[in-house]
Amino acid sequence: MNDYWHSVILEEDYCNGCTHCLDRCPTQAIRIVDGKAKIINERCIDCGECLKVCPFKAKGALVDGLEMLDNFKFNIALPSISLYGQFSKEFEINKLFNCFYKLGFDFVFDVAYAADLLVSRQLKKLQNKGLQKPLISTFCPAVVRLIQLKYPSLIDHIIPLETPMEVAARIVRQEVMEKTGFSYDEIGIFYITECPAKITSIKKPVGIEKSYVDGALSIESIYAKLMKIYDELGSGRHIESVQQASAKGIGWGKVGGQSIAMGIENYMAVDGVEEVIKVLDKVESGRISDVDFIEAYSCVTGCVGGPLNVENPFIAKSRIRQLTTQYPQEVDLTKYADVEDSFFEWNQEIEPLQVMKLDSDIKVALQKMTKIEELFQHLPGINCGACGAPTCRALAEDIVMGRASFEDCVVLRNSKKEGSEG
Amino acid sequence: MESISFNEEGSLMKLEYDVLKEDFSRAGEASSKIKKVLMQLGIDSKIIRRIAIATYEAEINVAIHSEGGKIFVLVKDDKIEVLIEDVGPGIENVNLAMTEGYSTATQQVREMGFGAGMGLPNMKRCSDEFYIASKVGEYTKVKLVMNL
Ligand SMILES: Nc1ncnc2c1ncn2[C@@H]1O[C@H](COP(=O)(O)OP(=O)(O)OP(=O)(O)O)[C@@H](O)[C@H]1O
Ligand SMILES: [Mg+2]
Repeated sequence: MNDYWHSVILEEDYCNGCTHCLDRCPTQAIRIVDGKAKIINERCIDCGECLKVCPFKAKGALVDGLEMLDNFKFNIALPSISLYGQFSKEFEINKLFNCFYKLGFDFVFDVAYAADLLVSRQLKKLQNKGLQKPLISTFCPAVVRLIQLKYPSLIDHIIPLETPMEVAARIVRQEVMEKTGFSYDEIGIFYITECPAKITSIKKPVGIEKSYVDGALSIESIYAKLMKIYDELGSGRHIESVQQASAKGIGWGKVGGQSIAMGIENYMAVDGVEEVIKVLDKVESGRISDVDFIEAYSCVTGCVGGPLNVENPFIAKSRIRQLTTQYPQEVDLTKYADVEDSFFEWNQEIEPLQVMKLDSDIKVALQKMTKIEELFQHLPGINCGACGAPTCRALAEDIVMGRASFEDCVVLRNSKKEGSEG
Repeated sequence: MESISFNEEGSLMKLEYDVLKEDFSRAGEASSKIKKVLMQLGIDSKIIRRIAIATYEAEINVAIHSEGGKIFVLVKDDKIEVLIEDVGPGIENVNLAMTEGYSTATQQVREMGFGAGMGLPNMKRCSDEFYIASKVGEYTKVKLVMNL
């Protein structure tokens, strides 16, 4: 597995080389080469913006299929919190959780409950005067990667706490091992994901050596099956009680949920990667002083807006909000009261990813930068994307980095042609 | 009064940005662009952070307090120099302006979250060398040096 594994992929057959995704990519990680979009691996943060915007559905995520369950003796499903918002209110969430047994899983765990367990730990971090404020939540892995890539000076602001998914996996694996006697490797844990970035944090985690999760199935891939099973699950069958989260834990599914759960006032909740970038810029310039905590989500509305979900983000968000008025504000957490804080924390440094660097030698980098500026002056500056690069400046960079040539500029090529004809 | 010289000798690269008067929606763009270039050069992220803070404050000051100006960045072998020049009312008492908490910002500007009187002191704190010169009714110039 290379250093820059990421889960968003291009399905070439469907791509017709249109430039919708070029524009939307927040890290300029896409180029159109020979009529097909290409992703520059090391720059991709798996935000899934390209996936959302592609009119031809040519982008996908590397997810697992149900056949993966055959590799393990005991399989556990961890449905993401946003599943709470994916079905209309006639569907009862506990019964939906139970459908996973019929899909072939042996155990189902409510990830929102793991969020409940994280609330007090996160609050403790905020109260720690020694930590650089504002602290930034790790819940959205695309934001963490964005910081590694473009805001390395903000790495110290990241709260080194695990996500609910990882916490759930740790707890449940241990419990199942004790209860069933199966070994670590005999147990398969699958996250039912709304999000390509979370898949990446399973395969190539940040802050920990290895994820406790073994794979991920997308919500969209099992959605229809769940609906069908739901109808078949007669009242006769025994229904396990899987749902155990409080309204606070469920609230993590939407933007603002983490802060509401902690009951804090001086927070900022920001969603949508473009706005996140603006906020991180402000934080870096030292101008955010009245805020202790930032929860930032690459997806509009938060995780319920994840690209592998089925429901419209705003409808799903509204459902989550309504659910938080129906479930109890507090649930019993005593069972895990003794678990040490380190169990919830990252134990590895978060490294900056210096992929924007033009050269490892600053002298050479300077020469390249000067060349880029020079070329840029000669380009039309209309950012049409016809060359395959998102902006004229990106093309200038690509030329200097040897990834493109000056002739790729369609506008200049045409004006030259006209010049010679006229 | 200290005079500010901007010696381009030994400069490996020069960047130049315009800052418009009262263009609050775009204030911050220059410092963002500077940051991006410095990252591409592979400058240490701690230094970039300091430059980001200082140039942002400088940019805001030009937008708020002056009639408009320019920001120049010189990358040299061993340091980065930033020069901020504007045309405008200038500063009558520079020492006073450098005092934490001193501000002449209007109520309207304060409502936008500026005017704490912390910009200039912060710029100084972030730089290894700091120079400021101003002539009332004419200009304000600030020079920041960050050693690499
Ligand atoms: N470019 C400038 N032109 C004219 N006056 C200036 C300029 N820069 C600063 N000043 C004066 O110096 C004072 C202090 O500046 P400083 O940046 O420290 O604080 P501020 O801009 O008032 O508030 P803050 O920076 O905290 O938002 C200003 O209120 C203003 O009177
Ligand atoms: Mg100021």
